[in-house]
Amino acid sequence: MLWLHRYLRLLVVCTLLLIAAGGMVTSTHSGLAVPDWPTTYGYSMFTFPASKMVGGIFYEHGHRLIASGVGFLTIGLAVWLWRADARRWMRRLGIIALAAVIVQGILGGLTVRYFLPAPISIGHAGLAQLFFCLTVSLALFTSRSWLVAATPAVDDARLRHRMVLLTALVYGQILLGATMRHVGAGLAIPDFPLAFGHVLPPVWTPQIALHFAHRVGAMIVTIVALVNVGYIWTRHRGRPELVRPAWMLVLAVAIQVSLGAAVVLSGKQPIINTLHVATGATVLAISLFLTLRTFRVRFAMG
Amino acid sequence: MKSLSCLLLSLALVAACSSPPPAPAPAGGGKKVDAASAGSLAGRVTFTGTPPKPDLLRMTADPACVQAAGATAPSDAVLVGTDGSVQNAFVYIKDGIDPAFSFDTPVTPVVLLDQKGCRYVPRVVGIRVGQPLEVFNSDDTLHNVHAMPMANQEFNRGQPAKAPKLAHTFTVPEVMVRFKCNVHGWMTAHVGVMTHPYFAVTGADGSFEIKGVPAGTYTLAVWHEEFGNGIQTVTIADREAKTVGFTLKQ
Repeated sequence: MLWLHRYLRLLVVCTLLLIAAGGMVTSTHSGLAVPDWPTTYGYSMFTFPASKMVGGIFYEHGHRLIASGVGFLTIGLAVWLWRADARRWMRRLGIIALAAVIVQGILGGLTVRYFLPAPISIGHAGLAQLFFCLTVSLALFTSRSWLVAATPAVDDARLRHRMVLLTALVYGQILLGATMRHVGAGLAIPDFPLAFGHVLPPVWTPQIALHFAHRVGAMIVTIVALVNVGYIWTRHRGRPELVRPAWMLVLAVAIQVSLGAAVVLSGKQPIINTLHVATGATVLAISLFLTLRTFRVRFAMG
Repeated sequence: MKSLSCLLLSLALVAACSSPPPAPAPAGGGKKVDAASAGSLAGRVTFTGTPPKPDLLRMTADPACVQAAGATAPSDAVLVGTDGSVQNAFVYIKDGIDPAFSFDTPVTPVVLLDQKGCRYVPRVVGIRVGQPLEVFNSDDTLHNVHAMPMANQEFNRGQPAKAPKLAHTFTVPEVMVRFKCNVHGWMTAHVGVMTHPYFAVTGADGSFEIKGVPAGTYTLAVWHEEFGNGIQTVTIADREAKTVGFTLKQ
C-alpha cells in the first residue's frame, strides 16, 4: 500500500502539472495551435518532432503529452487498485478515475475539432478539477494516516457540513472562473479592487456580470474558509490532521486572491493566469482533503 | 445520465452551430454595369491625432521566425505615415447598389495570402464571395491557418513549411473575416468578403481607388482594425471621377 500511495502522490503532482499546462494553453491562446486531433500535424502523438514544438504548438502539444502521461498513470492505477486493494469501493474509484480521464481526453479533442466551443471548454476545465479531486481522495485513502488512525477520528457533524459547503463553493467558484476565461470576460472589469472606479459596476453586460460574480464568489469563499478555519482552531486545536491543512488552506486562499488581483492588474499575463488556475485547484484539493478528514469517522474500515 | 445528456446536447448544439452556411443564391437581377458610363471613387484615408506606437512583436517563440524577421519587430497592425496616411484600411460600398445589377463571380484572379517572415502578407485584403483564396506558407516553420468568421464557415488547418497551398472560398459576405495563426499568436490578417467588386485596400500613402461604379448614391464605408469604422454618403454621376476622403481617429 505504501508504494501505491507514493504512486498516487505522483499522479496528484502530474495532474496538477497537467491543469497548469492546460491553463497555459488557454492563457496563451494556443488551444488551436495544433489544428488536428488526435494526431498533431498528421504525426501520431508521440512521433511529432520536438524541433517543431514552437510557439503555441509547444503549449498545446505539451499539454497533450502530459495528458497522455496522466492517462497511462491512471490505467496503471486502475489495474493496481483492482489487484491490490481489498476495498471494493476503492477499486470502483479506480475505474471511475479511468473513465474520467478517457472522457476528459475526448472533451479535449472536441475542443480542438469544434474550435473551442465554450460549453465543451468549460466542461473540460470542470472535469479536470473533478479528476484532480479523485486523485487527491485516492491518495488520502491509501495514506498511512487514513489507514491507521492513531486516535479516534474527529466526529463533528457541524464541521462536516461546513466543509462540504466550502468545497462545493470552491468548485462553483472554479467553474465560474473557467466560464469567465472561456467566454473572454477575464478583463471585463479592468480595474481592481474597484469596478470601473466604483464599488458596483456602473454598467452591466453579461461579461461584466460574470466577472463581478467571480469576484463576489472569491469574497464568499474567503469568508467561509476563514470561518471554517476559525472553527477548527477553536474546537479542534489539538488535532494536527485538521489544523495543519486548515492553515495551508488559509495560505492558499490568500495566495489565490492575490493572484486573482494580479491577473487583472497585469492584463492577464499568461504565467500569472496559469498560477491562478493551479492555485485554485490547490485550494479545492485542500478543502476536499479537510472535508474527507472530517468524514473519516464515517468510514467503516480503511 | 444527466451529465451524459448535457454532453450530448452540447455536442448537438456545437454540430448545429458548425454546419456550413447555405451557398449564396445568385444575387441581382441580371443587369450589367455599363463600363463606358461608370465612374470611379478615389481618395485617401488619413489619421488625425497622435497615432499609437506600434507594438513590438517578440518572435523568440520560434527560431525560424527569428531567422526570418529578427528577435523583435514592430507590429504592422497600425501603419500611419508622417502625413497621417493610413495603410491597410478597407474601403467599400456598404449600401446603395441597385439590386438589379448582377456581378459575375471572378474565378481569376486568385486572391493570395502568404505567410512570410511570420506575418500574413498582405495583412488586409478584399475578396468576392465565391472567388478562390489561396494561402501559402513561405516560411521555414509550421503555421496553422485559422479563419474566425462570424457568418462564414470557420476553419483551422495546419500548413507545414513550404506545404502546398490551402484553397478556400467564402460563401457569404462578411466584413471582416479575421485570420489568425495560433502557433505565432501575433500573426493576424483580415479578409473583407464582398458580393460586388466595389472595394479597395489603402496603400502606404493611404490612397484607394474603386473603379467601374455606376451612377448612384452610395454608403461608402471604411474599416480599420485599430481605428474602427466610418461611413459617408457619396453620389456619383455617369463617368464622374469622384474624390472622397476619410479621416479616422482613435
